[in-house]
Amino acid sequence: MNPAAQSYIHEARDLLTQLEQMLLDLETEASPEAIDSVFRALHTLKGGGSMFGFPALSAFVHHFEDAFDRVREGKIGISKPLLDAALEGRDHVIALLDAGGDEAATAELVGSDQARRILAALEGAVAGAPPAVVRLARWEVSFRPSKGALRCGMRPDLLLAELRELGDCRVRCDVSDLPVLENLDPAQSHLGWVVELTTAQPRAAIESVFVFADDADPRIVALDQDEPPAAAAPVEMPSAETPATAASAPAAPARSAPRAQTMAGQDTVRVPSAKLDSILDQLGELVIAQARLNQTAARLGDSTLEGLVEEVHRLVTGLRDTTLSVRMLPIETVFGKFRRVVRDLSTELGKDVVLVTDGGETEIDKNVLDRLSEPLVHMIRNSADHGIESAADRVAAGKPAQGRVRLAASQDAGEIVIVIEDDGRGLDHDKIRRKAIDRGLLAADARPTEAALAQMIFAPGFSTADKVSSVSGRGVGMDAVLSAITGLRGTVEVTSRKGEGTRLTLRLPLSLAIIDGLLVRLGPDVFVLPLIAVEECVEFDVTELTRNSGRRMLRIREHLVPFVDLADALEGTVENDGRRRVVIVRAEGERMGLVVDDILGQHQTVIKPMSAYHADLDDFAGATILADGTVALILDVAMLLRRLGGTGISLAA
Amino acid sequence: MAKTVLTIDDSKAIRDMVNFTLTGVGYRVVEAENGLEGLAKLKSEPVSLVVVDLNMPVMNGFEFIRKARQEPKGSGVPILMLTTETKPEAKAEGKALGATGWLNKPFDAAMLVAVARKLAG
Repeated sequence: MNPAAQSYIHEARDLLTQLEQMLLDLETEASPEAIDSVFRALHTLKGGGSMFGFPALSAFVHHFEDAFDRVREGKIGISKPLLDAALEGRDHVIALLDAGGDEAATAELVGSDQARRILAALEGAVAGAPPAVVRLARWEVSFRPSKGALRCGMRPDLLLAELRELGDCRVRCDVSDLPVLENLDPAQSHLGWVVELTTAQPRAAIESVFVFADDADPRIVALDQDEPPAAAAPVEMPSAETPATAASAPAAPARSAPRAQTMAGQDTVRVPSAKLDSILDQLGELVIAQARLNQTAARLGDSTLEGLVEEVHRLVTGLRDTTLSVRMLPIETVFGKFRRVVRDLSTELGKDVVLVTDGGETEIDKNVLDRLSEPLVHMIRNSADHGIESAADRVAAGKPAQGRVRLAASQDAGEIVIVIEDDGRGLDHDKIRRKAIDRGLLAADARPTEAALAQMIFAPGFSTADKVSSVSGRGVGMDAVLSAITGLRGTVEVTSRKGEGTRLTLRLPLSLAIIDGLLVRLGPDVFVLPLIAVEECVEFDVTELTRNSGRRMLRIREHLVPFVDLADALEGTVENDGRRRVVIVRAEGERMGLVVDDILGQHQTVIKPMSAYHADLDDFAGATILADGTVALILDVAMLLRRLGGTGISLAA
Repeated sequence: MAKTVLTIDDSKAIRDMVNFTLTGVGYRVVEAENGLEGLAKLKSEPVSLVVVDLNMPVMNGFEFIRKARQEPKGSGVPILMLTTETKPEAKAEGKALGATGWLNKPFDAAMLVAVARKLAG
């Protein structure tokens, strides 16, 4: 495929992503700007399609462009059927793009029942659309420039022209102050104007005409009794015409959001992510080489060399941060997708569910983001399907009929925290217990804590939904989610209050390639624990030991924490029997102490995957090269905890 | 014929920005480094809009506005003050001397275009 067509496909995909958001926005607020953006996006899609070898796509989009042109002109209004058809049409366009110009595949799509159905739905929506609601209002706008205004650069003709752009004008000129000819000073202003303006624009738009003409004493009077409330009217003006905010806040950019987006688009360069990956790989090597250089310089003790090394260190650190940031994308790019998921789910389940998002600007590594989207969809589906009750049940429980799923992202030190929270019925702990016993995941006499029970929803083959709906409930969901998140070296925790809702908390590393690690020593070997999993380090004190139902426990500030000797777990050797330390680690809602010989400190760790020969070593997530060139293994805390917990998922104390 | 905009600023960066922005939308832009040069350009060029800085060496913006309004060719030309000055008094003083309006620095290119269209047509 030629590069131009390739870049059209990229652009079209971006545009389609935006289009989906715009359409969803229209559902809540159909401002003229929003309608215009949709139209422009469709127009660009269509134009590019016919130019770059996608005539079928272009022809298909044309129908929608046409429909939104009519909306734009105020001939028809926005309706749910129209938006439904447009959203489905958008999905179909993606399919057409996926066909990538292949004629057979395209022809099949064009002739498909799906395409016909969508176009029929569009036609129906346009035919049945309600007339556009344009609230025209009549205003009397009068102004009279001061005598010296013309000298100061005021142009009444331009003011009148601007008023005409707002709507229909009937202009009367007030000549009552005009002096007789012999007294007339042509450099002075003697005229006043009264304009009867009929417009859909709000008062603010009229006021903005007079931003630089406030000494013309403009008066704006609503002629109809019911002046349209400012909130209902589109407040943002097409910026090129009217800097509406110029008078009150001149520094505020008058650009509307879509324009800002396109401007940003022009400053960006598209790079295949494989190239970024290779830069990052080489950078990893550089970090390692730099660490070795550091050590060598320290050994040689040459101050000039040390100075240079320090400089190199600073540069490498800067380079690493910049490179990592290049790969960062705002999480919004996937959040957007979920609005659609929830909208479609609401329809499918017959529930009224709304998705609220927070912290969309939080940035996360592209690799993490790509692999995060699937599990997040699953969790959101689960929240909407299992979590949110039917409207009737909600009202009976004294809750608002509309269910709420909240998706929030934030950055917390070196990790990304994503919270998926619903205000639904909460987890039914009894039901989970019965089910777990049923499935043989739990001994009949076990008495796990509620937290441990909640964590059971992540067990393979576990599902408490009585009926299997098409949305979820086949029991393949949450364990897949857990393994996906674990694969990203992240953790999931679930908390729930009966009748109030369920909250899933995901913690993910910022990047997959470099992590902060804690170096621990065990005999002659050094291991790395991902810092994200480390809660605290304490001295190992034999007198604090307690035994509880057969397991060795450590008392840490009134809490009993099970612990294991890492040397036993890894069948390593203990060098000294003197002072030892315990690292408290946490994964999947469980805490455990790992006894080690010594803690060496923090280390920025470049992760090297294990070779195929070592792939079955579950305890390790990878390896890294230390400053002295030796290799250290990175412990996979979640796997280790699961194995050491003995009973798989239920690590309950 | 393209309308002429006169930008008066001692900062080349600002002149360049005004020039670039307005040339891009079809205006012709002439430049001056201070008020005195600006007055000369005002006399020699068919100026439809002046964009003037306030703090400049040789002749500042206030002085320029005052003098410009006394010139036959400067009377009636819209003068836009482009300034980092946020004190309302400074703006009021400029207005009293005959300025048409003001725009704060740093300004947005789209905003400048909108204001130019508003004032110069």
